[in-house]
Formats: sequence, C-alpha cells, structure tokens
Amino acid sequence: MGDLRLMKGNEVIAEAAIRCGCDGYFGYPITPQSEIMETLMARRPWEETGMVVLQAESEGASINMIYGGASSGKKVMTSSSSPGISLMSEGLSYLAGAELPCLIVNVQRGGPGLGTIQPSQSDYFQATKGGGHGDFQLIVLAPASVQEMNDFVDLGFELAFKYRNPAMILADGVIGQTMEKVELSDYKPRWTEQQIEEMHGSWAANGKKANRNQHIVTSLELVSERQEKFNQKLQAKYRKMEEEEVRYEMIQCDDAEYVIVAFGLSARISQKSVDILREKGIKVGLLRPITLFPFPTKIISELANRGVKGFLSVEMNAGQMVQDVRLAVNGKTKVEYFGRMGGMITNPGEVADVVESKLIGK
Amino acid sequence: MTEEIIIAGFGGQGVLSMGKILAYSGIMQDQEVSWFPSYGPEMRGGTANVTVILSDERISSPVLNEYDTAIILNQQSLDKFESKIKAGGTLLFDPNGIIKPPTRTDIKVYKIAATQIAAEQGKPRIFNMIVLGAFLQVKPIVKLENVQRGLEKSLPERHHKTIPENMEALDLGKDNVIAVN
Repeated sequence: MGDLRLMKGNEVIAEAAIRCGCDGYFGYPITPQSEIMETLMARRPWEETGMVVLQAESEGASINMIYGGASSGKKVMTSSSSPGISLMSEGLSYLAGAELPCLIVNVQRGGPGLGTIQPSQSDYFQATKGGGHGDFQLIVLAPASVQEMNDFVDLGFELAFKYRNPAMILADGVIGQTMEKVELSDYKPRWTEQQIEEMHGSWAANGKKANRNQHIVTSLELVSERQEKFNQKLQAKYRKMEEEEVRYEMIQCDDAEYVIVAFGLSARISQKSVDILREKGIKVGLLRPITLFPFPTKIISELANRGVKGFLSVEMNAGQMVQDVRLAVNGKTKVEYFGRMGGMITNPGEVADVVESKLIGK
Repeated sequence: MTEEIIIAGFGGQGVLSMGKILAYSGIMQDQEVSWFPSYGPEMRGGTANVTVILSDERISSPVLNEYDTAIILNQQSLDKFESKIKAGGTLLFDPNGIIKPPTRTDIKVYKIAATQIAAEQGKPRIFNMIVLGAFLQVKPIVKLENVQRGLEKSLPERHHKTIPENMEALDLGKDNVIAVN
C-alpha cells in the first residue's frame, strides 16, 4: 500500500516521477501545469534519488534535452501545455524517428494560438495523429482522475521502453488543478548503469563497449529503400500496440441502448450524466478510452454490432475523437458529437439533455 | 451521503483554503473528496471559487452545474450562483457588501456576519474559519474533531500553533449563524 494524500493532479505527476525512478525532468513553465516543475523544485529530488530537474530556456530546448537523455537509455520526461507542446513537435517527430522512449505530459488548455489558460481537450488530433511531421504515433494515455495522474507516469515509461517510442499523458487543466485523494506509488530505485546496459545495451548510447561498435542515435536515412523498411518497422510496432495495449473502461454498458464515448474530464462529467439518465429509465452507458492511441476501436465496433442504437462522443473541442468513433462504428448506427470549446466546461445536465435530444430524439 | 458545495468570493478571502480544510476533514472520516478551484485570472485578482465534493461513494464529475450548498462571500458570486442551488438546498452568505440579498424561497438561507466578527476580534485572518463554522452548524457533514485532524494534516508544522485559534473561530461561526427564512 502506498501513501494516501490529498493532492493536485500536477503535483502528483511530479511526485510519481520521483517515485518511479525517473532520471531527469526538463521543462519550461506554462499555465495550467506549472505546479509540476514547482513541485519538483520544492521536493529537490536530486538530493534524494539523484534525479535531475532542470528549467530549460525554452520548450524546444526541453524536448531536445529529452532526446539526449533518452539516447543514453535514461528515463526522462518533460511537461507542458498546448502551445508549449506545439513548440516541441519537431522534437517529438525526431524522438519517434530515432525510436527513443520518453514521457511527455500535456496538460491541455484551449487554443488555437495562445488561446486561453482554461481546460480543453483540443489537442486530441495533435496527440493521436502524430503531433509532428512524418508517419508516426505517440502512445497516448488519457487520465481521468488524480489517481491516474499517479499511475500513468509509471505506465507511460513502461510502455515507452517496451516499444522504444515516446509516450504522452494527455491531461487537461481540470485534472491538473483538481485535488483528490491519491494513493502514491512506492519508491522504485533509478536504474543503475549496469541495468541500463542489460536492458537497453542493444541501442543506447551509454558509452562504447570494447565488444561492440558505437551506437548512433539518429532519425536520418537518405536511402529510400532503407527508410521505407524503417517506416514499415514503425508501422508494425504501431499495429502491435493496437493488438496488445488498448485500455478502456466501460461503465454500465452491458444493457446500454445508447453509449457515451468520452475521455479524461469529459468522461467524469459524462459518468454523472449516465446516472441522471439511468434514473429516468434510459439505458445509457459510458465507454472511456484510456489509451487514445491505440484507440479502443474493436470494442466500439463490437458495441455497434451488438445493437447499440447510438453513440455520443463528448469532448472539450470541436469534435475530434468523434472521427475515430465513426471509423469504429463504420456506418452501422448513429454517431453524434457534443462538446464545448475555448476553455468552457460542459456539465452533467447538459450532456444528459444532448443524449435525449440528439440520440433518442425526444 | 454526497454533499456538493460551491464556495465563492474574492481572491484573498480564503475561499480556496476553506475548501481545502473541508476536503481534508472529509478524508479524515474516510470519505471520497474532490476540490476543483477556479484558476487563472481569478488568482491574479478578482473573484475566486472552488467546488468541493464530499461523498461516501466514488465521485464522478468534479465539475458541477448545480449544488447542494453555496457559500457566498460577495455580491458577484451571489448573482452567479444563487440560481444554481438545488431546490431544497442551502445558501449561506456573509451580508458584508451585499446590496441585493437572495430572493429564492425554495432553498434554506442563512447568514453569517463573518467579516464583521473577524474585524471585531481584530483577527481578519480567521474570517474563513468563522464562515466554515457557520456552515458546519447548519450542515454538520464533518465532525469538528475531523476538522482539527484535517488542519493538523494540511498545515505545515510551523503553523500548528494557529490551530487553537482556528478552532475557536469555528465556534464563533457556529454561535452566530442566523436563519434568514
């Protein structure tokens, strides 16, 4: 059993990083996630575990420090909010192209541009469709509670190293700022140099050994035949993630005639909408994707085949995930979208009304 | 039991910390809690509010559009939240600076002159604890001993000497809350 505390989601990210044996955090402040670095600086983990915490001069510098740290097989992470993640997008593409494991936290705010500092989920496309140039995917985890902010740091690193791929925690301003009860994970020691050699010695630039050639970490390949082979390797990796790493939560879907699909904060709000509608005798369930990539396509398709009469995708954006829901449903039944934008937060009553008006047609 | 509360007033009145103490008190009696603050422009001056939920069950949405209780500390917040209290719910307000008092008759309305009492005591800092005391008199959802334990847990050690003063402020609130309707 871990430590039970009342903490903000952002603070928990910092604490979880220290406890999971993270080697380094490199970041640049931006609302609504500044508490992550503030908490790290206050906790001074360099005195406790040896973890490096560094405020870089910019987001571009942060993500390239991640590239360096990850190249040597270290557990490194950064965090930012939407405009800052855009500044990192070149680095994300290079990390994916060099197959470097790392963790990026995006505590989303509304855009485009500098937009608002209020919560949003409008970076769904950016996170799940690559987030930079070239054919690549991030592993994307969407926490819906402060507890999951704790749990997904460790999970994010685990998946990142399993697939040698950048992983992203896609949170939003509310999950970052809300305090809830959280059971913190137990401490795990940082990897020793020897452990890094054992686990990642086949690729990490952790010092050339006498019995092997040097490791070169790069995303450059000028021979098209080889680049295509590499692209195919990446795609095979993504297909494997789709087979093995899909995570979701289903609430009251067993007998559901209508299903709300929502992630993160929208899922928490929609859960209450389900209660409101169930009280009226309407059979509604909630499907909450936990991994946004890989997306829970199969289960949505199964629900559509099982005879669910309609799906409502609830998002704090103009309708992004709804496209993936439509692909999964593949025309078998009605798929509608409801959302708010610009930092406005929907509420349980509003979502319940939309289920009745758009899906049921009352 | 689930109690959904909005606390709203000016930044600097201790709105967020009152909510935090309430949330800690809930944890002390093994409840699920959530505390969601307004953030951003509010922190930089202006109005501040926090949604606090205490429940015996897992909490779904930390964001709400209607509340069991509204604790209101300025006119702007009264204008914004009076209509969002559930029928049969509770409104507690400090009359200081209120020029348009609440008008709803389907809710229970209470007032606590916390600004005035805190000023008379010469301790403006205990203002929010007077309000919290008044709330707990009206709705005893957490036990006073759990508030004390919550304070011990949430305050840094160096501030523990202020706990007796805070507990006395709760009593001042309890003794001075007035039912309006």
